[in-house]
Amino acid sequence: MNFIVNGHSTYCYTGGKPFDAAKPTVIFLHGVLNDHSVWILQTRYLAHHGWNVLAVDLPGYCRSAGAPPATVEDAADFVLALMDAAGLAKAALVGHSFGSLIALEAAARAPDRISQLVLVGIAFPMKVSPALLDASLNEPMKALEMVNIFSRSTLAPPPSAMGPGTWVYGASLALGRRVLASNANINLFHTGFKACDSYTHGEEAMAQVSCPVLFVLGSVDQMTPPKAAQGLIQKARHGQVVYLPGGHQQMNETPEPMLAALTGFLKP
Amino acid sequence: MPGYSDPGFDTLALHAGAAPDPATGARAVPIHLTTSFVFESSDHAAALFNLERAGHVYSRISNPTNAVLEQRVSALEGGIGAVTTASGQAALHLSVATLMGAGSHIVASTALYGGSQNLLHYTMRRFGIETTFVKPNDIDGWRAAVRPNTKLFFGETVGNPGLEVLDIPTISAIAHEAGVPLLVDSTLTSPWLIKPFTHGADLIYHSATKFLSGHGTVIGGIVVDGGSFDWDKSGKFPELTTPYAGFHNMVFTEESTVGAFLLRARREGLRDFGACLSPHSAWLILQGIETLSLRMERHMSNTRKVVDFLSQQAFVSRVGHPLLESHPSHALAQKLLPRGAGSVFSFDLKGSREQGKKFVESLKVFSHLANVGDCRSLVIHPASTTHFRMSDEALAAGGITQGTIRLSIGLEDADDLIDDLKRALKTAEKSTGTAA
Repeated sequence: MNFIVNGHSTYCYTGGKPFDAAKPTVIFLHGVLNDHSVWILQTRYLAHHGWNVLAVDLPGYCRSAGAPPATVEDAADFVLALMDAAGLAKAALVGHSFGSLIALEAAARAPDRISQLVLVGIAFPMKVSPALLDASLNEPMKALEMVNIFSRSTLAPPPSAMGPGTWVYGASLALGRRVLASNANINLFHTGFKACDSYTHGEEAMAQVSCPVLFVLGSVDQMTPPKAAQGLIQKARHGQVVYLPGGHQQMNETPEPMLAALTGFLKP
Repeated sequence: MPGYSDPGFDTLALHAGAAPDPATGARAVPIHLTTSFVFESSDHAAALFNLERAGHVYSRISNPTNAVLEQRVSALEGGIGAVTTASGQAALHLSVATLMGAGSHIVASTALYGGSQNLLHYTMRRFGIETTFVKPNDIDGWRAAVRPNTKLFFGETVGNPGLEVLDIPTISAIAHEAGVPLLVDSTLTSPWLIKPFTHGADLIYHSATKFLSGHGTVIGGIVVDGGSFDWDKSGKFPELTTPYAGFHNMVFTEESTVGAFLLRARREGLRDFGACLSPHSAWLILQGIETLSLRMERHMSNTRKVVDFLSQQAFVSRVGHPLLESHPSHALAQKLLPRGAGSVFSFDLKGSREQGKKFVESLKVFSHLANVGDCRSLVIHPASTTHFRMSDEALAAGGITQGTIRLSIGLEDADDLIDDLKRALKTAEKSTGTAA
């Protein structure tokens, strides 16, 4: 379904159930060169188990109009504006990678509006190497392949988002290409990476967060290694940590442990 | 297996989709010969049926052994996923039936396997799907054949048995201008010779019966999605972009930005048409794929030697392989198929229909049968077998002469294959005393 946020049409996948503002809501935020479809398994399950689900395409990504957020702070403001547009006084936030920084910042800006916070594949600082940052601008396909390789943890992933027979690495590459092509005006790859790289006050933001926080980390994640989240974990007032047996593609490489982590934490 | 670079072809051929079995430690891929899979609870059952959780329910829809094969071929082709089917023909039918219904139209190459030509020209027409056939190298013809209801372009990477090379970059560009995907049958080439997705194809299928399994022991098929075609942008595929009442009103392109075709092919096609692959067959195909590159290398080196031999024989009027400059696809094959254009090809004897039969009957190492892509060398004489009902005129129209012989070069010693051909050529030539 679509909401008008800041004057622009914003697409949100609702998990196969109609949007119902009366139910408790979880908002899912994807990472760089991803879209709502990376959350399909998790969102369909929650939507059919008592939750209202909004898996967003960030502004300028795929089905959503508007300028893509140039900073984590801009993106956090967008999330709060989306909640306004949807009539949500309160919601839980689940974010992956870039989306986890957005979720963190939104929870810091409006602590009374965020009921629970799930940070998947988070690191702080989320620095991007100069070489990769440059490649994302000048050789985005090469950079995409680099990111895909570093996100991988197995050549034998279990049944995933498109069901058995899904080749997760190919699917991630294809999605990255599709998302990149979805915005002819702005390089979403470089813009997203720059936003991650330049986000400087994650620990201060975590200090502002008042709700329970779940960190979901891939034990062999090379993009956002678990050790890079330890500073935030220490700052979290009500933090829990779950380590999944995989890399940075937690939603589709380790979908069952990912779902268990979410359902074990999120309470209406 | 985290790493710093993408695994190579041979590593993927052995490892993609399979790890040691966590329950037993079995290193080889287990054969899961079971119809069904136990649910953990009623909620688990409902979640699996509703695509809230990923897993196996019933082996017509998916099976762990088949899933390894699907991941492996996807990895080798550079795709996003695949659906295994009971045969290559089932893979073609599944592709067509997923994308269109009555009132639709296909543009297809004339250089097709006879079974595919039959399916499109006769059978699908009965279900309201029409096909216009265009010579693979008639670029303007492909463009001119497009109608408002066209839903698919289709061709073989190399035509059987003439080896006309499909100009995938050009044909896919025309298809995309028309807002439709290009499906290619890559059976005769396998991903070792060409990766059609890198040239612009959108969907690939194989008769896995042939080179993928490689041993002439199993019938199977697979269709792979490259994840590149934008069904929403095309606007021609309500099957994928609007709610489907047959599956919870699911809009497949919303569920998966890149995998809508695969979702519907499995959730509707395997469920309703039911042309699924046996897990035992999947395992046999996996065994073949583990040595695909080794076999293809040998297939091609033997083919080069046999083509070289035949092209020097006085009793042979034509050798139809793009290795030769005389073949119309020679230049295109060098560009798209630098490792070779396959080991299935035809040649013409300067002889009668009877001499053709005599040649085939005189071979000792080549087996006379209707298949290709076996590890053993195979031969067939179309005028006396697959095309025996056709008149001489009709044969000529199909590019087949009385003396046309189709070979599928296997893995034997090349010298033995050449000796066998030499002996049979001599016998055939002598059978009427003089060459025609």
